[in-house]
Order: sequence, then C-alpha cells, then structure tokens
Amino acid sequence: MIKQILQALEATPWGTAVRENTWLFPTIESVHVLSLVLVVGSIMVVDLRLLNLASRQRSVQELTDDVLPWTWVAFGSAAITGTLLFSSSAVRYSGIWQFEAKMCMLALAAINMGIFHLGAFRSVAQWDKAPVRPPLAAKLAGGISLGIWVTIVALGRWVGFA
Amino acid sequence: MIRELCRWLAATDLSEHIQDIFWVIPTVQTVHIVSIAIVMTSMAMLDLRLVGIAGRRQSLPDMAARFLPWVWTAVVVLLCSGTILIIGEPARDLLNKVFWLKMSLLAAGLLLTWTFQHMLRRNTSFWDRNRTAAVLLGSVSLVIWVGIVGAGRWIAYVDHG
Repeated sequence: MIKQILQALEATPWGTAVRENTWLFPTIESVHVLSLVLVVGSIMVVDLRLLNLASRQRSVQELTDDVLPWTWVAFGSAAITGTLLFSSSAVRYSGIWQFEAKMCMLALAAINMGIFHLGAFRSVAQWDKAPVRPPLAAKLAGGISLGIWVTIVALGRWVGFA
Repeated sequence: MIRELCRWLAATDLSEHIQDIFWVIPTVQTVHIVSIAIVMTSMAMLDLRLVGIAGRRQSLPDMAARFLPWVWTAVVVLLCSGTILIIGEPARDLLNKVFWLKMSLLAAGLLLTWTFQHMLRRNTSFWDRNRTAAVLLGSVSLVIWVGIVGAGRWIAYVDHG
C-alpha cells in the first residue's frame, strides 16, 4: 500500500521531471538549502531569545511577530522543494534511515512548538516585560528546538551520503 | 600549479584521514550549513531592513549590534570548516569554476558587509539619511549571499579537473 503510493509519487509528472532532467535536481536542491538555512537561522534567533542568550533587550512577542512570518514562508518553500526532491526517488529515500529519522525529528519539532504555544507562550504578556526573563518552560522549549533543528540539518546532509 | 597543489594536498596524512573516517565530511558539512544558517539569516534581516521591507521597529544600529558579531564569528567557523573540506577533497573545490565563483561572491559580500558596518560606525544615521545607497547596498548584498549559497550547492554538480 505504502509502496504503491511511493511508486505513484515517482510516476507523477514532477517526480519524473526531477529524476530525468540533469539540472532540475540541483536547482531545486539549491532552493531547498536556501530555504532551510533561513528556517533554521530564524528559529535560532527565537530560540536564543527564549534561552535569554541573545536579543535580550527585545520583547519575545515583538521578536516573534517580526521573525516568524519569514520562518513560515521559508518553511513552505523548504516543504515544497523537499517534496519535489523526495518524489524523484520516493522508494529509495523512504528506505534510508537518516531520512526517516529526519521526518521524525520534524514531527518532534512540531510537537515541541505546539506544547510551547499552548503552554508558556499563552502567558507571554505576563513575563514579557523588561527585563524579560522567560520562564523555565520557555527556556526548555528554546533549548530543545535548537537541538532538534541542528539534528535535522545533520540528518538531511547525511541522506546525501547514504 | 593548482593541479600540483591538489595532488600534494590529497596525499597529505591529514587529507587521507579526512577521506578515510566516514563521518568527518558529513559532520563538517553540517557545521558548515548551521553556520551558513546564522550568516544567511543575519544578512537577510539586515539587508531587508536596509531595503525597508522588514524589521522597521528596530533601529539599524540595534540590529547591527545584534547580528554583525554573529556574522563575523560564523564566517570564521565557515572558513575553518570550508578549509577542512578543501583539504579532504582538494580537486573537488580548487579545480572547480563554481568554487571560485563562490569565493569571488564571498569576497564581494564581505566587502559590502564591512562597508555597511564601517559607515554605520562613523555615523549611526548614515544609512537612514542615504536611502538610495541603503536600498542599493541591501539588495545587492542579498543577491550576493543568495548566490553564495546557490553556488555552494552547485560545486557538487559541476565537473572538475
């Protein structure tokens, strides 16, 4: 069942095009790298703020309002280009453990983000006054996120060597 | 000349170690990419602020103080990790036209960043007063940094030698 879906993905016009065209894969991959460095870099800006290690004079609310819309645009681009790259050899990629681990880490990043937004971030107005000292739950969310995203980069790079 | 340098580098013990230990190149590349994330995001924030598209709630000197130290530190990490990758596979980079394009763009990008910092230090309102220069510097710089990231990935796809 899953194998049939993966094969269908490879047979799609875009899957075929990325696989067969010599310059399409590196071009899409370059856009993927550009998008992912912006995702990781902008998330690091927020994580370092939550950890109280950078941007200390700015409120968390204002910082996230400025940064996170760009993060989502870059994430959308990374997801689209990633799907295109995956479709070119879906069966092969899905069998690489580094790829599977990367997808699990992305899910963990989403869960960590969800817990933060439903938890510590709901009371942001209370702790977001100068000098801002994020509560332990917020620091934890920032630290975990930092670790997860560096791992995602490592696993993604490793897929290319598998 | 460069060909001989590549042959000599590839035969050194250090180069052989980098090639033989399977995790060295992917790990160094990961450090390289995370550092690129820091530089690219910081430069994108500063450049978009210069152009006037993003971050207007913050003053330019505040933004420069927040991001430029990270840029320079990460650039040093990039030069070190990049050097390790070159020693590991000298011909892949040093005999590659795209690699030298990337290095030229890097030199231009760093020169523009230094210019931005230098003018801001001399006069904190320089870029707010000279809007045309600010928009020009911000947009050219952004294109250059995007070009550096793109060229970096293309090195792997262009035949060398």
